[in-house]
Amino acid sequence: MSLLEITNATLKFGGVVAVNDLSLSVEEGEVYAIVGPNGAGKSTVFNLISRFYEPFSGQIMFDGQNLLDRRADAVADLGIARTFQNIELFDHATVLQNLLVGRHRHRRTNMIEEMLFTPRVRREEKKHREAVERVIDFLDLQPYRNKMIAGLPYGVRKVVELGRALASDPRLLLLDEPASGLSVEETQDMRWWIDDIRKQMGITVLMVEHDMGLVSGVSDRVLALADGAKLAEGTPAEVQSDPAVIAAYLGTGAA
Amino acid sequence: MRIHFKTSYEHDIRLFPDWWSFFVYAALVAVAVILPWLLDDFFLGEVTNVLIWAIAGLGLMLLTGQTGQASLGHAAFLAIGCYSCIIGMENGLPFLLAFPLAGVITGIFGTLFSIPAVRLHGIYLAIATIALSVLADDIIVLLEPWTDGVSGKFAPMITIFGIEIERWTTPDRFYWLVLAVTILCTLFYRNLLRAPLGRAFAAVRDSEVSATAMGVHIAFTKAAAFGLSCAITGLAGALMGFYAGAFNNETFSIVISISLLMMIVIGGLGSIHGAFFGAIVIAFLPQALSMATDTIGGMIGGGNVAIPGLESGVFGAILILFILFEPMGIYGRWLKIRTWFELFPFARKDMFKRQKSYLKTERLR
Repeated sequence: MSLLEITNATLKFGGVVAVNDLSLSVEEGEVYAIVGPNGAGKSTVFNLISRFYEPFSGQIMFDGQNLLDRRADAVADLGIARTFQNIELFDHATVLQNLLVGRHRHRRTNMIEEMLFTPRVRREEKKHREAVERVIDFLDLQPYRNKMIAGLPYGVRKVVELGRALASDPRLLLLDEPASGLSVEETQDMRWWIDDIRKQMGITVLMVEHDMGLVSGVSDRVLALADGAKLAEGTPAEVQSDPAVIAAYLGTGAA
Repeated sequence: MRIHFKTSYEHDIRLFPDWWSFFVYAALVAVAVILPWLLDDFFLGEVTNVLIWAIAGLGLMLLTGQTGQASLGHAAFLAIGCYSCIIGMENGLPFLLAFPLAGVITGIFGTLFSIPAVRLHGIYLAIATIALSVLADDIIVLLEPWTDGVSGKFAPMITIFGIEIERWTTPDRFYWLVLAVTILCTLFYRNLLRAPLGRAFAAVRDSEVSATAMGVHIAFTKAAAFGLSCAITGLAGALMGFYAGAFNNETFSIVISISLLMMIVIGGLGSIHGAFFGAIVIAFLPQALSMATDTIGGMIGGGNVAIPGLESGVFGAILILFILFEPMGIYGRWLKIRTWFELFPFARKDMFKRQKSYLKTERLR
C-alpha cells in the first residue's frame, strides 16, 4: 500500500479547474517530485493534502487513513509536515522557537501544567530541545539558533523552514519549491539534505520544484502537471523526454 | 557582552539566562518588598497603582502582544473581575476564595467571547471588542440588583487569616498583596513563554497558515489566549476595585480600555517588561502633569491652573511619537541602549533597522 494516495481529486475555483481528476500515489521511502508550468496546480495539490482546500470530489488517503476526515490542524498529527513556497515562518520569534513550534504535535502537557512549569513540562521541554538540536546540527543552523527570523537572509529562512518541518519527526515531508530563490551552492546543499532526509531519516519526500537539475538529482519519480491534470509520470529522464511535457513547456512549434 | 556558553538543555529552559540577571531581578524584588519603609503613603499608593495597571497590562499583553489579537474591550473584563470578586465577598466568601474565583469567572467570560472573536481579524476584532466596552457600562446598570447600578459599590475590607488589609488604613499590606499577585502573574506568564502553549500563541500571531500546518489548533489556542488574558485582567480589575474603594458603571469605561492598549504599545508589544514600563507611564503621567502645571502655574503667578484635555492631549502625543519613532516601545528602546553599551564601541546605527518582510503566501481564507 502506498503511503499517500490521491484518487481522482478535483478542485475548482469558480470556473477555474485547479486540479482536474488527479490521481497519484507516493510510496514509502521515495522522493516524488511534481513539476509543471506556473498555474498548473502544484501548490494546490499540497494545499489539498494540508487540508487548506476541500476537494470537490476524490479521495486522499494517508497510510490507510482518510485525510478528508481530518481538520487542517490534525494533519500534522499523522506525521505530515510541510514548507511553503513563500516562506511562512514566525517572524518575531527566534530560530529555536520556530523549530520548537514544529514539535507542537508532540505536546503532551496541558495549559495548567505549563503555567506552573511542573517537572513533567520540564522533562518534555528537554526532549523537544534535544530533537530540535539534532535538526539544528543536521542543517548547520548553529550560528542562527537565537536570532530573530525577521533579520535573517532569504536562504537561511528557507533552511529554517525545512528545519521546522523536520523537527516534527514527520513520515511525509512536503517541500514546496525548496530551491526557489537559492543560489547554486545553496541548491546543492538542499540536494544533499533531501538525499540525507530520505536515506538517513527514512522520511518520504513529496516536492514541487522548478529546478530540473535538483529534480533529476534527487527524485525517484516525477509527475508532470499541466492545467491541473496529469501529463506524464515516471523517472526524471522519462518525463523530461516525454513529448507532451516538452509541448507544455515549449509549445509544439506547429502554431 | 555576556556570552552564554550553554552546556545543557537546562540553560535554555530556566527562568534566568545567567546568575547576573538572576541577581538583578532578585534585587528588584527585594527593593519592591521593602518599599513601604522607603516611601510615604502617597507614593506607595502610586506604586500600588502602577502594579495593578501592570497586571492588567500583562493580561492584555498576553492577548495582543503575544497572540496578536487586538482588544479594546478589556475594561469590560476588568469590570467583570471587580464585580464578581466584591459580590462574592459580600455574599460571605473569604477573599482568598473570591479573588481567584473572580479570575476564573472572568476567564470563562473571555473564553465565551473568543467564540465569535476567533472569526474576526485585525481591525474587525478591535471594533467588536469596542462594542464589549460600550455594552459593559449599560449591562452594569441593567443588572442593578447585583451591581447597584449607577450608585455603585464600596469595596469591603480584605481579611486574610485574620490580617486586615485595606487600601487607606493599611496601604503597606495592600501593596504587598498587590506585589504578590504581580509576581505570581509574571511568573505564570514567563512559564507559558517557555512552554508549547506560549510558542503556539506566537505562531498564531505570526502566521496562522503555518501554525495550522504544524498542528496548532487555531480556535483552541485563541480561546486559551482569551481565557488566560481575561483571567489575569479580572484579577487586576478586582484589585482596582479595592484600590479605588468605590466604583460604579462609569469606573471601567472605554477610556480605560484605550489606556490599556496604549500602555502596552508604549511599553513595547510582546514583552513582559513592556507591560511594566507602560504601566509606569500610564500611572505616573497624570501625577507628573499635575505637578508640572502646579509648578508652572506657581512660576507665572496663576496659582493652580487646570487645563482641560491636557492629559489626553499629552497621552495622544506620546502614543503618536512612539508609533512614529519607536514602534518597539520603551522596552525596545531599552534593548537598543543596552546593546549599545554591551557592544561598545562596536554598535552600529543600523543594527536594529527592520528588514522589509518578504511576500507572504496568499491568505487561504
